[in-house]
Formats: sequence, structure tokens, C-alpha cells
Amino acid sequence: MNLRLFLPVVLFLGLAVFLGIGLTKAKDVRKVDSPFIGKPAPVFDLPDLNEPSASVSNANLKGQISLVNVWATWCVGCRQEHEALMDIAANSGIPIIGLNWKDSRAAAQAWLKRFGDPYVATGFDEDGRAGIDWGVYGAPETFLIDADGIVRHKLIGIMTDEVWQEEFMPIIQSLKENGS
Amino acid sequence: MKKIIWLIWLLPLVAFAIDDNALFDDPVLQARYEAINEELRCLQCQNQTIADSNATIAKDLRLQVREMLLAGKSDEEIMEFMTSRYGDFVTYRPPFVPRTYVLWLAPAAMLLLGGFVMVSVVRKRSALPIDDPDEEAESAV
Repeated sequence: MNLRLFLPVVLFLGLAVFLGIGLTKAKDVRKVDSPFIGKPAPVFDLPDLNEPSASVSNANLKGQISLVNVWATWCVGCRQEHEALMDIAANSGIPIIGLNWKDSRAAAQAWLKRFGDPYVATGFDEDGRAGIDWGVYGAPETFLIDADGIVRHKLIGIMTDEVWQEEFMPIIQSLKENGS
Repeated sequence: MKKIIWLIWLLPLVAFAIDDNALFDDPVLQARYEAINEELRCLQCQNQTIADSNATIAKDLRLQVREMLLAGKSDEEIMEFMTSRYGDFVTYRPPFVPRTYVLWLAPAAMLLLGGFVMVSVVRKRSALPIDDPDEEAESAV
């Protein structure tokens, strides 16, 4: 039996394994990696959603570990993650700064009133410019920022208890252990 | 019925422009604008450029490109602005750097490999001993 006969089969199996790994285990390539991980959070200075004369900016991020959550009233996923965010806001000790993205001020205020406000402050980014500076391309997105204002993690998609426990908590623990 | 068929000539009127921004006064800027838009990926509809996509993010990014061009930024500065915020994935054409060598060179490499295999197989076939006298006459090409 000429072993060379098996060469195409072997090659095919090798390719099948390679492609199989890519299709099943590899990360979702639709989620674009943020180039800000490990770098300082982008500079932003937005009017406060509720108090237009006040400003929400990088100053809100300094001094403690925090989350920046990009949301909008037209965003279905934001409605779905709202409960998880309320839970995090009430129980985790990590403050959440909201970034209201490409929305109407009145609609956003009404939405928070109706469903509850998990944010310590919300910046109003009407034209999406701050969003572009943060590399936002959809909602919801959530960034984890350490006490020095460095971006440590970005979630593209809906926050759930599972995601919080599996993706965010380990990083938060290690930040706390290292004296952040 | 025939008269209604002639309405087909009106069909092109239904064509919509994706980009409803005004044209630049300067044709050079307009050309650069169009070229840059073809180089940037729409992050929502990731198989389209921002020139082709009518997703919100594509619209916003086209506006951003437009403003930067009017502010006198160079093509490099505009691409740098985009990649520093969205990463290399936003460029439709991947950079040719060590981690993308496989991406760029694999198709050509596979073509070459296939070519060698083909040549090798054809050579072997031609070198096979001829048993059939009819085949011998045929192979004297």
C-alpha cells in the first residue's frame, strides 16, 4: 500500500482541524479589539445629561476603579443589560459613569426615570464625537477603568452577571491586590 | 400594457446615494475623501467600507474624514486617527507586517504549491512506461 495515497487525506484532516478550531474556539471576530487596553482612557468632556452646565470628564474616572457604560434609549441590548447594571451599581462598590450615545436628552432622561439610574453621572454625547474618541461603534459597550485612568477591559455587548463574574471581577481583584 | 413597460426607463431614479454629504468644492479633496472612505471598514457591517455602508457609524466616520480633510489633515493623519481609536481592523487593507505575512502570502503560496504538485503529477504520468502500442503512437506528440 503506497503511503503517499494517504497524503491528501492527511492534508485534508489537518486543514479540517485547523478550520474547526477557528470556527468553534476562536473569539468572535466581529468584536473589534480595543487599542486602548493598557492605555490611558481617551480624553472626553461632555455636558452632564441631567445638569447641562455641569461636565462629565476624565476627572470622574480618577481615584477609583470605575466603569464607563455606553448606552442609548434606542438600544435594545441596553434595556436588556439594565438590570445587571443596577445590580453592579448597588452591590459591587464600583461606580458606573454613563455615556449616553447619539440620543435625545429628553428621551434619555425619561428612560432613566422610568427604568432606574445606575450611573453616578451620565455624559451626553449627542453627535457621537466622544464615542469615536473611545472607539465606540455600537451600543452597549462597557469599559473597565482603573484608579489611574487606564483602560483595563472592554466589553462589546450586553453585560450579564456571568460576564461580570468571569470577565470583570478577576481583573478588578488583581487591580485591588496590586494596590489600585 | 406596452406603455407601462416603458416605465422601466424610470427605474434608475430609484437609485439612492449612500453618502448624502455635499461634494467638496475642491476636486482633489473629493478624490481623497472617496479614496480614504474606500480604505476604512464599517465596523457595524464589517464586510463593507464606510463608503458603501449606510450604518450610523459609517455616516459618523465619513463626516469625521470630511472634517479632517477640510482642516488640512494628511491621509496618514486621518488613517492614524482611525487606527488609534479602532485598531488596525478598521483599515480595509491589512498592513503588511510580520503578524499578517500569512494572510497576505498564503494564497500565492498555495497557488505555487498547487502548481508544483500539478507539474509533478503531470511529469510522473508522462514518464510512465507505455504498454499499449496505441498509446505509444498517441504519446509521440
